[in-house]
Amino acid sequence: MNVNFDIQGKQAEPSKPPKPVIKTKNLDFAYGDSQALFNISMDIFKKEVTAFIGPSGCGKSTLLRCFNRMNDLIDIAQIKSGSIRISDIDIYNKDVDVIELRKHVGMVFQKSNPFPKSIYENIAYGMRIQGVKNRSELDETVESSLRGAALWDEVKDRLNKSALGLSGGQQQRLCIARALAVKPKIILMDEPCSALDPVATAKVEELIHKLKKHYTIVVVTHNMQQAARVSDRTAFFYLGRLVEYETTEQIFMNPKNSKTEAYVSGRFG
Amino acid sequence: MKSDTNKQTTHLFSQRFSRNKVMELSITGILRFFTYLVIVLAGYLFLDITYNGSKAVFTKEAPFVNFQFLTEKPQTLHVFEPADIDTQLKSAKAEILTKSIKRRALSNSNYEAAEAFTLAIKDLNKEVKELDDLRKERRLMFSDTEYRALATTPSTKDFVYSTYAYSGGGIGPAIIGTILLVFGSILIALTLGVLCAVYLSEYSKPGKVLQSIRLSILNLSGVPSIVFGLFGFGLFVLYLDWGVSLMAGWFTLALMALPVIITASEESMRAIPKGFREGSLALGASKWTCIRTNVLPYAMPGILTSSIMGIARVAGETAPIMFTAAFALRDRLPWEGLENSTDFFFQGVMALPYHIYVVSSKIPQNEYTQNMQYGTAFVFLLIVGLFALSSIILRVKVRKKYDW
Repeated sequence: MNVNFDIQGKQAEPSKPPKPVIKTKNLDFAYGDSQALFNISMDIFKKEVTAFIGPSGCGKSTLLRCFNRMNDLIDIAQIKSGSIRISDIDIYNKDVDVIELRKHVGMVFQKSNPFPKSIYENIAYGMRIQGVKNRSELDETVESSLRGAALWDEVKDRLNKSALGLSGGQQQRLCIARALAVKPKIILMDEPCSALDPVATAKVEELIHKLKKHYTIVVVTHNMQQAARVSDRTAFFYLGRLVEYETTEQIFMNPKNSKTEAYVSGRFG
Repeated sequence: MKSDTNKQTTHLFSQRFSRNKVMELSITGILRFFTYLVIVLAGYLFLDITYNGSKAVFTKEAPFVNFQFLTEKPQTLHVFEPADIDTQLKSAKAEILTKSIKRRALSNSNYEAAEAFTLAIKDLNKEVKELDDLRKERRLMFSDTEYRALATTPSTKDFVYSTYAYSGGGIGPAIIGTILLVFGSILIALTLGVLCAVYLSEYSKPGKVLQSIRLSILNLSGVPSIVFGLFGFGLFVLYLDWGVSLMAGWFTLALMALPVIITASEESMRAIPKGFREGSLALGASKWTCIRTNVLPYAMPGILTSSIMGIARVAGETAPIMFTAAFALRDRLPWEGLENSTDFFFQGVMALPYHIYVVSSKIPQNEYTQNMQYGTAFVFLLIVGLFALSSIILRVKVRKKYDW
């Protein structure tokens, strides 16, 4: 057993030691009186795909939304103790501009939410709200973002058509492209494939693989096969606690915790 | 043949009589009856106004529209009834009266004599009707300007002369006044209402305070219009010293429409999917940017539609403008005789609802005033209808633009 673990661990680790970009330390998080996260400590590494798995209501989406402070939108949500540091900056510090943080940490949502504008305007939105008016700059970003999200060839002839006319999978990739357009370093994906059919899911997963070269990606997923396919590291959450956080092979082949084992083998969840 | 066999054979699912079915049928009948009753009543109202009103607004010859009525100022109506027919009519009517009194006295004792009176009255009624038609044919009616332009007035020997205030001319200033009032108050109410609604639905923290604010806004819509009128009179006309003016009317009407607009705007904004907001905020938009670019544009169709409907409803009220903006008669149009440009906002105007009120209440109703009353009501109905229609068209257009 131990030998097996060593070998797998070595395979997963790149030769250089990975650099942590998001450092969560002893995080306690609550919605009003009900605590959602208990004492979470984990490092998320640069240019890797980290998957959060766990049964519904285990706090994985909550933690994800802590990383770009989307939880600020909920009045009763608050961090009770602990800290999250991104690039060594405490993002819950008072001097942090949420807007700059969110530009740095992009997000893709469970339900694809393209704006009811043209495809072009959807991608350009992030630039426009930053005050970019230069047409050629916008064109360039739109094209590179769409190419980045592997959507360019499918939509290049109808950039001015409504984004709502795209299929579900295309809409989700559009949302990824939209997130890419503001040039983030980290991309958070909250169950990006839960509403997609297998073909579209495969395309999005392929895209995640591709994006890994340039971005740090955190994916919340209900689909264990997906976590196994796309991620380098997997964190298993249960009832607001981080049960196990290891390389993906480790979690799926040789979990240390009996709960993790039960979950990844489909015995509960 | 076939139906016969059907009748005879009863199977598992064949029709059978039950009290529930009778109940069901009668309930349906009752519901249908009352629904149709409402429709018939409303239809009668509209048709009556349209039929009688179109007599004043449309003409039989080209161009088929009575521009005089739509553009001229209200004037006194000068009526000359032919004197000879008038006396004949009066005597005939007097005779009918005496005969019917006699008949009533006889009706219990002498049936045959009473019957004779009934026949005589019938004949007389016919005669009166003929005389009346003749009178209408030969009578002369002039508005004030026409009367003054006459070279020779009809002699009082041949004609019985009478005048009726506000019943001649047209309703031009009232139409213009109403349109001005509606547009101004839309502008004010929309601005105030949307700003309030944005704050309430997007910025304010839920809690007891917000609840009580919402409740008081809702209660505001239950305040009677005359109270709004008096409030506007007290605040705008007297305290702020704007006088009876467009401004005072605008603000009073806008205040009255505010509850509707705030509620409708909040509703429209709440209907915007959460994803639009989250998507925008996650891209680094500030709250206001998010609202400006991703909430308001998509909520606008709903806001506009319900707001314009609300204003059109409020603009139909007489009470709020009665003390604040409306004049019974004003012979100058709003843009005539202004000394400086701000005077425009501080002048009273005529308005259709108030005009209807004035014409209907301050002078006795008769055949001469009827034309003006129905015509005004009809035009008013048309204008309110146009506003409603435009709000619907606007919504459809904006919806199309956003393709959502």
